[in-house]
Amino acid sequence: MIEVKGLRKSFTVGKRRKARSVEAVRGVDLSVAEGEIFGFLGPNGAGKTTTARILCTLVEPDGGDAVIAGADLREDPGTVRQRVGYVPQGGTTTDEVTAREELVLQARMYGIGKAEAIERSEKALASFELTEFADRQCRTYSGGQRRRVDIAMGIIHEPKVLFLDEPTTGLDPQSRAHLWDEVRRLRDAGMTVFLTTHYLEEADALCDRIAIIDHGEIVALGTPTELKHGVAGDVVTVGLNGAAPRAAELLEGSSYVRKLEVGEGGLRLYVEDGTTAMPQIMRALDGHDIAFDTVELHRPSLDDVFLIKTGRSLRDK
Amino acid sequence: MKFLRDTWLVYQRQMLLVGRTPARLVIGFLQPIAYLLLFAPLLKNALSSTGATSYADAYRVYVPGLLVVLVLLSGFFAGFGLLAELRSGVIERSRVTPASRVALILGRALSEVTTLMGQAVVITVVAIPFGLTVDLGWLLVAYVMLALMALMACGFSYAIAMLIPSPAALGPLINTISQPLSLLSGVLLPLTLAPAWLVGIAEWNPIYWTTNGTRALFTGNPGDPAVWQGMVVIIVLAAITVTWATKMFAKQVR
Ligand SMILES: Nc1ncnc2c1ncn2[C@@H]1O[C@H](COP(=O)(O)OP(=O)(O)O)[C@@H](O)[C@H]1O
Ligand SMILES: [Mg+2]
Repeated sequence: MIEVKGLRKSFTVGKRRKARSVEAVRGVDLSVAEGEIFGFLGPNGAGKTTTARILCTLVEPDGGDAVIAGADLREDPGTVRQRVGYVPQGGTTTDEVTAREELVLQARMYGIGKAEAIERSEKALASFELTEFADRQCRTYSGGQRRRVDIAMGIIHEPKVLFLDEPTTGLDPQSRAHLWDEVRRLRDAGMTVFLTTHYLEEADALCDRIAIIDHGEIVALGTPTELKHGVAGDVVTVGLNGAAPRAAELLEGSSYVRKLEVGEGGLRLYVEDGTTAMPQIMRALDGHDIAFDTVELHRPSLDDVFLIKTGRSLRDK
Repeated sequence: MKFLRDTWLVYQRQMLLVGRTPARLVIGFLQPIAYLLLFAPLLKNALSSTGATSYADAYRVYVPGLLVVLVLLSGFFAGFGLLAELRSGVIERSRVTPASRVALILGRALSEVTTLMGQAVVITVVAIPFGLTVDLGWLLVAYVMLALMALMACGFSYAIAMLIPSPAALGPLINTISQPLSLLSGVLLPLTLAPAWLVGIAEWNPIYWTTNGTRALFTGNPGDPAVWQGMVVIIVLAAITVTWATKMFAKQVR
């Protein structure tokens, strides 16, 4: 449904002598199958929005090609526009206008006739549970309600692919769960969904497949389970009170530790096999009189995937 | 056809917003009305050297100038509205649709023009009790000229706003451009009172020609060459700025 090859885009920031080029997207390849929820996971500034905007014809890429819902991005942007829906990051509703007015206008901008636009808006309002306040101005809506209006606008022309840029940023947990259900419902109705997020939980729970992007490059791609299994072995976290640097020095280079990260309250150790490594770690710490609060064994998370690939945690950001 | 339909859609939407925020309209009115009531009466004596002998004469000279200032300055500030809409995502949402790009700009500009012309009509009507007399037919021609000036100013402002998309920098820049343009066009007093060197400079200012044209229509001299000259100047300028704004808009990537 989406085929992307070698997509590149850089921006010039700053003026004249201070001008420098920011490579927002550097050679992204990906392919999204029909009817899946594809997640684009990465920290702020990774190039998620830029990629989504390129694929929706809003930004011209410097290089690379893409075919979206059967239409070539460069050759035939008009058809791409007809076949994709896009919900930008910050939301698009206007305070003084009602949800119904917004939906009818958006439908008509896609060339849909007035009667049909009204009918479709009515349906969209009902399916996103917005009918109750459809004739109130958007200024009176909650964040979650506004976001639902945004998404309803994104699909009013029945696109084949829907792009959602950080759809749940700024929403409370309940609205977020509600929105996840809406997105799954769209997928189940046959729509392909491309969503960007910087929430690990969202990528993990909602997406069928994810690409992890950092500094404009895809560093990992697969189903959440595949990616987590790709991090061989287990993760042991050790809660240490201020002694983390000393413990790190001690354990660094031990045969049973593959990789080691110093975190806020302690250490994060990537090991071959948790059950044999744990006692060894505890013995080593005891032997050097390093006091520890907790030792825990985990299966790797998506954050571990990110950490292994980039050396940084997504969670601190 | 699609282009006209899309322009109409955008236009309707913008007019709906104008109706929902009436405060903006009222604020736009206050200044011109104040000038009309408090400044114009001074003109009878000031203009006596040009043959003005009554308040009616003074208003016939002053009202067209006031209208030019109104449409020009308000039009020049239309770019701020566009920047706000760019930030709010409304424009992003329209740009992903197959709607005509020209329509997105033109629909907006025309709604600004409509608002300004509405204000111009009210100001004209308010001036009538003070002795302003006009010929309805020529007044309509004058309104066409004013509407084109408003369109030109909006197009210019939109283009500049996309060139320099920071409201903090845009304000001073627009002031810097619009002050000399209006001073050197004789909007407050006709430049027939001005020394020759000043007129020499003013002749390079397109607004000078359109102001003279508008004033000729208001003072009952539709045969004055200033009318057709002003009309040609403003049609060309409006076409240039609207095209420029559309070009800037199409490649604008924020
Ligand atoms: N219009 C633009 N002009 C200049 N720089 C930009 C523009 N859009 C994005 N960038 C830069 O490109 C990089 C990627 O941005 P973005 O795609 O918005 O990341 P994300 O959505 O993952 O947070 C950032 O460094 C950002 O500052
Ligand atoms: Mg983003």
